[in-house]
Amino acid sequence: MTIRDIAFRNLRRRKAKAAFVLVGILIGVASVVAFISLVEALTQNINHKLEQYGANILIVPKTENLSLTYGGLSLGGVSFDMQEIRQEDLGRIQNIKNAQNVAAVGPMLIGGIEVKDHKVLLAGMDFQVYQALRPWWNIQGAVPEKDGVLVGAEAARILDLAPGKRVRAKGRELVVSGVLDSTGSQDDQILFARLDTAQSVLGRKGRISMAEVAALCSGCPIEEMVKQISEILPGANVMAIKQVVKGRMETLDHFRKGSYILSAVVALVGGLVVLVTMMGSVRERTAEIGIFRAVGFRQTHIMRIVLLEAGILSALAGLSGYLAGLGAARLALPFFTEGHGASVSLDPFLAGGAFLLAMVLGLAASIYPSLLAAGMDPNEALRAL
Amino acid sequence: MTYVGVENLIKKYGTEEAAVMAVRGISFEALAGDWIAFMGESGSGKSTLLSMLGALNTPTSGKYRVDGVDVYSLQQEERADFRRTYLGFVFQSFHLVSYLTVRENVMLPLAPVKIRGKEKKAKADEALARVGLDGKGNRLPNQISGGEQERVAVARAIVNHPPILLADEPTGNLDTKTTRGIMELLKRLNSEGTTILMVTHNPECAQYAGRVLHLSDGLVLQMEEAERKEGGNGRGLEERKGKTGLAADRPPVQLF
Repeated sequence: MTIRDIAFRNLRRRKAKAAFVLVGILIGVASVVAFISLVEALTQNINHKLEQYGANILIVPKTENLSLTYGGLSLGGVSFDMQEIRQEDLGRIQNIKNAQNVAAVGPMLIGGIEVKDHKVLLAGMDFQVYQALRPWWNIQGAVPEKDGVLVGAEAARILDLAPGKRVRAKGRELVVSGVLDSTGSQDDQILFARLDTAQSVLGRKGRISMAEVAALCSGCPIEEMVKQISEILPGANVMAIKQVVKGRMETLDHFRKGSYILSAVVALVGGLVVLVTMMGSVRERTAEIGIFRAVGFRQTHIMRIVLLEAGILSALAGLSGYLAGLGAARLALPFFTEGHGASVSLDPFLAGGAFLLAMVLGLAASIYPSLLAAGMDPNEALRAL
Repeated sequence: MTYVGVENLIKKYGTEEAAVMAVRGISFEALAGDWIAFMGESGSGKSTLLSMLGALNTPTSGKYRVDGVDVYSLQQEERADFRRTYLGFVFQSFHLVSYLTVRENVMLPLAPVKIRGKEKKAKADEALARVGLDGKGNRLPNQISGGEQERVAVARAIVNHPPILLADEPTGNLDTKTTRGIMELLKRLNSEGTTILMVTHNPECAQYAGRVLHLSDGLVLQMEEAERKEGGNGRGLEERKGKTGLAADRPPVQLF
């Protein structure tokens, strides 16, 4: 017979009250877990969707010229006579602090060529990463090989090009390997070749005009990444595609804040349920506490009994609350994501957090009842019998 | 040598005009192994006195020493330790914890004590054997008779071998036969050296005590004392028979 045994026995005896306290904490914890799991799953889901949009950081050479383009309109020819970036410098991106957030780096060289008496842009790029950077591309044909070229939809129409046809550019013959479906972007107007091919055709070995970076953004430190890339590429102008990033962050932030506020309210209500139930339990046990005090229990022993009971229930509620919250999040997720592959998985940190939250909630709400129990006048308590 | 010393205990409830004097100045002394009974009508102050002797209640004024310890100068937690070390309580309505078994009820004073579970169980079984309840340790209080419940209460009171037993109407809810059994049990404990301070309405029970203090209106109205038997403790019914009428033989002792 120990203080712990008394706590266990009392819980077993007052099953309904114990269940009430347990459910109070469980609902609080389950709500928090469900909201956090949902936020995390939706964050992943939104990130996944946004990553479909491709690159979100642009690396361009520094220039003193102002852009003369707005929307689809260009006033005068675009000048590419600016300082170019060396291709080998891009390798340093793998050494930045947030390198693990870099999904793909796409170097690009752009230059003007003349095909069938039309001036057209030739873009050299790394086709090994094009799916990460331009996941919306749909190619009729194949990606170009060493002497191949991929033609944008509008360029193919104007230049009358189709897979298998040949194009002559700056004295070099290239074979059309494929045609892009219309994208509604500038890509429709351009011819694409492998980077080394374009460098060879344009006579700019080892040089690139710009680079696109696709950053994986789970709580994306995009501005930080821009800063880090700027530091290792001092000759380049590094920009985040802010509309995408900002929109993403704002959406998630609003959702997260809302969830946390709601979680806090539910947890508070759970705490109040525990407080009221434990107070009732202590008052019911006045006589029993009187006996304990009469036979020599210290005030701290009485406190320990009450807090032990709360602790046991809190631990159970923490574990079951985590599982209940996880289940609730899994059930609710399809209603938020329309079944687009988001999932809620077991998270040991969240499980640990849920356990901790339950313990803090249960014990904090039981401190006052335990003090009340410990402070009971043993003589008065015995009179309650 | 005085083991229990009570000096001018006063207990006042309420303040100013609404104040009620429950105990108006009681003093007595007891040696180790004495048995004192407090008798009196309801409201005479005997239960208040016992709660003060049990360090459950603090007097408005007065001193209370046990084994040289000034009880009321102790802090709350120290008083709890004092109760656990020096006192065993036997209550009128048993005050057993309904959801604990008989053995667990007996082990209750040992719960805060850091000794091995086996040792606690052995002590509880020994106490149960002393009160004649061996074999009933696993029952719940509602599965045994009233007399047995009182025996459990006695076993709980003696499990940690306290030098003083405080009994508040220990046979108040029992029939005559069971009452006699409980009193014989207390007599045996007293003969083993336990000091007993007992509140009772029952003159037959009071006759087991070596001394009887008659309380009225918060004061000791009269004291009866049995003859001391050579060699110490255990002043029982037989010894007292020759002393009946003590109060009639001499004027009541108005101590205060």
